[in-house]
Amino acid sequence: MESFLAALLLQAGYNAALVGIGAALLGFAAGAAGTFLFLRKRALVSDAVAHATLPGIGLAFIVLVALGGDGRNLIGLLAGSAVTAWIGLICVEWMARRTRLSEDAAIGAVLSVFFGIGIVLLTVIQTLGTGRQAGLEGFLLGSTAGMLFEDAVLIAIGGGFAVLATWLLRRPMTLVAFDPDYAAASGYDVRRIDIAIMALVMAVTVIGLKLVGLVLIVALLIIPPVTARFWTERAELVIWSAGALGAVSGYLGAAISASAPALPTGPIIVLVAAALFLFSLLFAPARGVAAALIGHRRFQVRVHRRQGLLALTREEPILEPYTLRLLTAEGLTRPDGVATEAGRAQAAKVARDEHRWEVARDIHQDAALTGRYDGLTPIEEVFTPDEIAEFDRRIGAPRAIEGPA
Amino acid sequence: MGAEFVQFSLTPILIGVLASVACALPGNFLVLRRQALIGDAISHVVLPGIVVAFLVTGTVAAMPMLIGAAGAAILAVILIEAIKRLGRIEPGAAMGVVFTALFAAGVLLLEQSDTSNVHLDVEHALMGNLESLVWLRAEGWHSLLDPVALAALPDELGRIAVVCAVVVALTALFWRWLKISTFDEGFARGLGLPTGAIGLGLVIAAAVAAVAAFDAVGSIIVIAMFICPPAAARLMTNRLEAQVAWSVLFAVLSAVLGYVFAGYGPLWFGAENAVSAAGMVATVSGAILALACLFGPHRRREGVGAVPGT
Repeated sequence: MESFLAALLLQAGYNAALVGIGAALLGFAAGAAGTFLFLRKRALVSDAVAHATLPGIGLAFIVLVALGGDGRNLIGLLAGSAVTAWIGLICVEWMARRTRLSEDAAIGAVLSVFFGIGIVLLTVIQTLGTGRQAGLEGFLLGSTAGMLFEDAVLIAIGGGFAVLATWLLRRPMTLVAFDPDYAAASGYDVRRIDIAIMALVMAVTVIGLKLVGLVLIVALLIIPPVTARFWTERAELVIWSAGALGAVSGYLGAAISASAPALPTGPIIVLVAAALFLFSLLFAPARGVAAALIGHRRFQVRVHRRQGLLALTREEPILEPYTLRLLTAEGLTRPDGVATEAGRAQAAKVARDEHRWEVARDIHQDAALTGRYDGLTPIEEVFTPDEIAEFDRRIGAPRAIEGPA
Repeated sequence: MGAEFVQFSLTPILIGVLASVACALPGNFLVLRRQALIGDAISHVVLPGIVVAFLVTGTVAAMPMLIGAAGAAILAVILIEAIKRLGRIEPGAAMGVVFTALFAAGVLLLEQSDTSNVHLDVEHALMGNLESLVWLRAEGWHSLLDPVALAALPDELGRIAVVCAVVVALTALFWRWLKISTFDEGFARGLGLPTGAIGLGLVIAAAVAAVAAFDAVGSIIVIAMFICPPAAARLMTNRLEAQVAWSVLFAVLSAVLGYVFAGYGPLWFGAENAVSAAGMVATVSGAILALACLFGPHRRREGVGAVPGT
């Protein structure tokens, strides 16, 4: 716990602090960039991009060693991974546009084939005879243990640039993500903006390779936007809250991972993001499951209450046990189903409401207004007091509901 | 092609072929139903399944692993469906949330548990170990008739053979149902077919094939075989029967050529060591798909939805 707090407050050493900041920036950039992909309904394209980085890493290592350099130079490896990721992306686009295959088949094909090529290259490297373990497997799942200072700085700077690029391009990218046709009509070059979105996603993927690993980086691009979507309906807010959720996941995950051994950074970050997702799925006020259940329950109560009161006005027995329990609990009926004083007053009100609606449907030909009758909406919410006074004039004086006198 | 081939190459090639066919058959329908990535999701969630099975039983015996993996696959399918409906989220994103979270949990469990004395790690799960499935007792082709030697065949061969046979049988048995419900779900429902159950059954069959194949060859071949041979076959023909036949041919070709290239290819270039067979099988299937994309007779979209100028 103490070491977790230390990591959380950036006191667990210079490297750990840099990794934490880098993870937060990366998480923010990934969440924000991933939002455009998610709204464009192409979330899994990022999976193909991520897996297509592997052959690039292998090739870059081989080239670096062949040139006599250090094969583990992070900038060189990331540059290589960016090249093959871009080729993979072009393959997905080409297959989806130029052949009859659908995009998901193209994604799956690119993902598995590029990954397979990458695995072949990794085994080639193992047998190169350079005599040292290349440690390239670390890119599969990310590894922050023994990360070099320069690497941590590189991740932090890269994450910062990705955040900046997202901020600069937010307007056109939002427009294209929501309504490509409208964006095209407004003079935006949709294709080019799509490419910008993809370039951003690729940049995030490449930066995140060392930290989260190529198998799990998609999680940072997908989970925060999906989570943010539960909390708000506004595009701009979705982008920034997805970014914030990603940043929190990255930062918390890095801190937890730094606090104890055998807690790999990438999986922990993803699990923090998944926990935030689960919480939002259940409890978000706008679209969460709990909110939906409560809304359904309230609706049920309104329907039963109204129908029960209408039964009272017609002096019919209430047969539905739930309705009876509900009205009894509110003190509107006695347990044997006979209306109380308050119940008769309420029933009279409901009866008047129904009556007014009847008259309204009679004299109003405006279907937009009378069409709002659903047996639940009080007439006061639809018509003005003047109009209601007119309905009442036609109905006559209020009538009382017969009680158990 | 003597004793050495039988000893070291025959069983891996057979296992590769059977695993590829078992995955390619359901893959045909998944690709047509635009559910190709279910295979990707399933092969990721297999990892937490086998880790949990290991933690519960404490051994790396095959049966508990397979049950754990199948359980995880079915759990993942249920979770994806639940998130799609409860959260009103598009299928791709729901899938992405579920498989990454479960995979991360699997990696964490693996790191936390003491697996240093057993052969269980992430890289093995991803890449498989086709090369190690050798038949040491074989002394030549005549061993195929020798019951003592046959008893020493790798267990994986028997399991994948059974699963492959089951998948073939199920495909044949439900052929008409699958065909109708894949191409015209509304019509299938009109005929009174249980389209929901057919869809779920297909996914479960795919999961079983994936788990059995994963056991033998690793998840990378599984994903590649679900998608590449059926996708390439789709570009060769307009008839489902022919497509399935093509996909089986492509799957077999990928497995055999991939293994041969991985084992013997480096020797032709003067290198001494073989490269990953699983990676090479996926690579060959990708090459076949690329050729089909460039030259397949039915590679273009026709009729409604065709892209003009292509």
